[in-house]
Amino acid sequence: MLIINCPLCGPRDHAEFTYVGDATKNRPKNGDSSNDNAWYDFVYLRDNPKGLHEELWQHSFGCRCFVKVLRNTLTHEIIATGMPKDNLILKEKGLELNV
Amino acid sequence: MFRFQSRQQQRLDDGGQINRLAPINFTFDGKKFIGFEGDTLASALLANGVRLVGRSFKYHRPRGIYSAGIEEPNALVALRSGDRHEPNTRATAIELFPGLEAKSQNRWPNLLLDYLQINNLLSPFLSAGFYYKTFMGLPGWHFYEYFIRKAAGMGDGTKFKDPDKYDKKHVHCDILIVGGGPTGISAAVTAGRAGARVILVDNHPKLGGQLNGERYFLDKKPAHHWVEQCVEELDGLENVTIATRTSAFGYYDSDVVNAIESVSDHLPEPLGYQCRQRLWQIRAKKVILATGATERPIVFSNNDRPGIMLASAARRYVNQYAVKPGKKAVIFTNNDDGYKTAFDLARSGIEVVAVVDSRKNIPEHFEKELNEKDIEVIASSVVIDTYGYFGLNSVKIGTLSHNGKTIESNPYIVSADLLAVSGGWSPNVHLYCHSGGKPVYNDSIEAFVPGELSQNGHSAGASRGSFSLTDCLQEGHNIANTMAEALDLEVAEQIIPETNENTIVPIEALWRVPGKGKKFVDLQDDVTESDITLAHREGYVSVEHLKRYTTLGMGTDQGKTSNLNGQAIMAQEKSEPIEKIGTTTFRPPYTPIALGPLAGRDIGLSYKHTRRSAMHNWHKQHGAIFVEAGQWLRPQYYLNEMEQPSKENMDKAISREVQTVRTSVGLVDVSTLGKIDIQGKDSAEFLNRVYTNGWTKLPIGKARYGIMLREDGLVFDDGTTSRLDECHYFMTTTTSNAAAVLSHMEYYLQVQWPKLDVKVTSVTEQWAAMALAGPKSRNVLSKLLPTINVDNESFPFMGVREVDIEGVPARIFRISFSGELSYEINVPADFGEFIWQRILEVGKAYSIRPYGTEAMGIMRIEKGHVAGPELDGRTTATDLGLQKLLSSKKDFIGSKMMHREGLKDENRPRLVGLVPVDKKSRVKSGAILVKDPTLAPPVPKLGHVSSSAYLSPTLGHPISLGFVSGNIIETTKKIWAVSPLHNESHELEITDPVFYDQKSERLHD
Repeated sequence: MLIINCPLCGPRDHAEFTYVGDATKNRPKNGDSSNDNAWYDFVYLRDNPKGLHEELWQHSFGCRCFVKVLRNTLTHEIIATGMPKDNLILKEKGLELNV
Repeated sequence: MFRFQSRQQQRLDDGGQINRLAPINFTFDGKKFIGFEGDTLASALLANGVRLVGRSFKYHRPRGIYSAGIEEPNALVALRSGDRHEPNTRATAIELFPGLEAKSQNRWPNLLLDYLQINNLLSPFLSAGFYYKTFMGLPGWHFYEYFIRKAAGMGDGTKFKDPDKYDKKHVHCDILIVGGGPTGISAAVTAGRAGARVILVDNHPKLGGQLNGERYFLDKKPAHHWVEQCVEELDGLENVTIATRTSAFGYYDSDVVNAIESVSDHLPEPLGYQCRQRLWQIRAKKVILATGATERPIVFSNNDRPGIMLASAARRYVNQYAVKPGKKAVIFTNNDDGYKTAFDLARSGIEVVAVVDSRKNIPEHFEKELNEKDIEVIASSVVIDTYGYFGLNSVKIGTLSHNGKTIESNPYIVSADLLAVSGGWSPNVHLYCHSGGKPVYNDSIEAFVPGELSQNGHSAGASRGSFSLTDCLQEGHNIANTMAEALDLEVAEQIIPETNENTIVPIEALWRVPGKGKKFVDLQDDVTESDITLAHREGYVSVEHLKRYTTLGMGTDQGKTSNLNGQAIMAQEKSEPIEKIGTTTFRPPYTPIALGPLAGRDIGLSYKHTRRSAMHNWHKQHGAIFVEAGQWLRPQYYLNEMEQPSKENMDKAISREVQTVRTSVGLVDVSTLGKIDIQGKDSAEFLNRVYTNGWTKLPIGKARYGIMLREDGLVFDDGTTSRLDECHYFMTTTTSNAAAVLSHMEYYLQVQWPKLDVKVTSVTEQWAAMALAGPKSRNVLSKLLPTINVDNESFPFMGVREVDIEGVPARIFRISFSGELSYEINVPADFGEFIWQRILEVGKAYSIRPYGTEAMGIMRIEKGHVAGPELDGRTTATDLGLQKLLSSKKDFIGSKMMHREGLKDENRPRLVGLVPVDKKSRVKSGAILVKDPTLAPPVPKLGHVSSSAYLSPTLGHPISLGFVSGNIIETTKKIWAVSPLHNESHELEITDPVFYDQKSERLHD
């Protein structure tokens, strides 16, 4: 029943989207043994936070864009959406400061 | 007309909102009755003097009609018959229609003589948790369970297919108003006048809500005048939609409310064009919850007999349906509501024996009317017990002691056939709770009311605990204007009509009356007061535990009349205030709903897409037997004109197709393979990261086979990719992974490597694809392309050509899945069937034959090619024998994790060929490989069979692919395949996975 504001298409029903997962995980740059822990974290470790969560949804039945969504896992409220590179939490904090 | 009336002995001569000119025939338990248009099944049964309508869930006690609405716990009946048979419907919510057929439930052989009433005598043993405590520890629970489940119960469902259609609709509005009572109507008028887009839903056939069951006057005229006037105005407003017979059953995220519209439930059957029910998914900016309140009973001994009902229900039967629910009535109340019932019953000619009020002081403003009607009030008193097995005949009354725990003076018995009970009103906070709100306890009305707002759904009127009619009308108007303002609309005027109601004196809580005998809290689930005290003694004191231990409130009525009483009794046992005990979580649906409207039209063939290739019609006309592959329909094999579908003919056809390809030439439809167009200047670099092998040196006009890993190092998918131009590639994926591979690549391009200049697009549907395979395929191709040189030097293995076939642009890839010389030909989908037919015409000279997925599958097993069963998400490239494709010179997806210890273990199961030692046993794929089939479990698993061909026509015996642990392969050549489910075991020989043309000479020549 959620409405997700796709940065390219505008507000759309969540049925058009596919849930992808945690948006905070970035692929480690190199594959040598110095960063085993970083790889372990990227491939396997996921937090299950109560409250704000940055996650990815793909607009599968629309523009196929990966959308970053800042969602409250407790209330399901969607606080902000953006492109995958956007840091929504920082952006939200910035907004709060401006208010 | 008189003839009909004479049979309805309990019908009043006038009044009510029924149409006496429209009699309706119906049957109950096979007996014929007559009611009127406007009746419910319950009111029509009461009009005909039927009081006993069912047996209770557990004790099989006789039960009657308890309420006049959707909260009904008792009067559950089976409605209709045959394929429209529907069990557990509430008689109080069924509109009477001609020919209605209803049956009582949970009795055998009939209502009066129910053998299982013995449970009532055994009841001292049948307390909460009895069955589990008694039987679960004993051996043979499965044996007892059958009888226990049969004895307890609800009606039986039908086994026929539902003949009716269901629909869905999605609607949007500014303000959704749930409930068409005084609050909802008042809100709709104001919101409508303010210009908001309004939807008003109500579960009854007409608006009015509580006004329909009362004798209220608005502006000195009966209330229905005001209702009609408002409905007329609302009907005239284009921005207002009124949906009656529409029950809002759930409030979801983002202010979405779902409702079921009963389109034709009030008719014998849907008219030709009609659906039975329609799901409304309503997305509203603001929601007004005007859902009213539900009266609750008081708990006393034998409070479940037919003839005992809620006070407001008794009032509604006389006022709305002109039915006398009894002849001599006693009212038992702890609040002012009982007096309204006393007056309305007396006005209708029912003898009101007494109003038994548990409070000390009788409200003064009732005295005048009590005297006028000569109604006796017995203050500080309670009903202690009742009598009458199949229906109430007398009531025992006594005085309550000061502490409320004992009965003081000598109790006495009065005769009565109707006992109307009011324990106060509980606001219907269900939808508010669905929206995420937490209800709070309000002492002044002794009930839970909405607390803080969670979404945009505001409660108003009785649903937030405002029980006065004037307050309801005013609140509806106010909240609508507040919302109009928030939506930037002009606020609207509405003159609130004057009412004739009395001031309301606060309720004094009375939850239960001391005394022996069975005191029912939850009538539907037969939960008694003693079950709750037992739960307390045994430590199930949290409301959630109480619910699950006793089944309190777990019936189809979701405890609408019972939850609060149960929770209050637990609070008393614990000596804690109710607000500390709390209430259980309310979950959708508010009322039971059919699954039909949730599915809507998405059933049968419409349940999922069916994808067909461009050549589908040709296959159909030429004997193809189809098989489902994901959403696709693919030809499995082709029968001759002479052949009937049978197992023998199937085997014959498959062998024929394989032999044709191996000796001459065949054509197979491979349009279902995923096709992805890749463009951009970084395409080669991207492929280098996505695939495990190297791609930067692939020349234009060449194809290459590759495998993709997942980031965890296991194999994800395989396929070929061809370079069409400097920055233009064409990728194929397996049929089943087409969508997943596209998303996988999009993820890396958009999220991890956004700087790469690459675009990927699915072109699966745009291209029809067919593989021309067999030693004679080059002959066919050269005839098809007379101007092009297709010899081995000009068009070598893994070569790609873009050509014209009779004016149709085509891409030809010299790749092979079958192991033969083979060309995969792609043409725009619109030309697929034309080119397919052209190839078959040209190939006639070489006895060309189309072949299906079975022949294709057998040939790839013969050739040892891996496919879906081998790429099952658990295998590494090395397991599959594809370690040569793992580049050590670059970083690719999975390159880090594939070096994990567990994935490099030499003893991991590896791909092998398997041949039955007897050369004829059919080994099932999925069979487990063990050393010795006679060992007792646990038997160590050495591997499994992944793909099986029951007969390789080329080799003349069955062959399989499978995985066997590395250390076993080295030490033994024989192994057993077992399938305990089928009671099968076969000895197999371990061989090389490539059974056919191990040097791959056939592809290269």
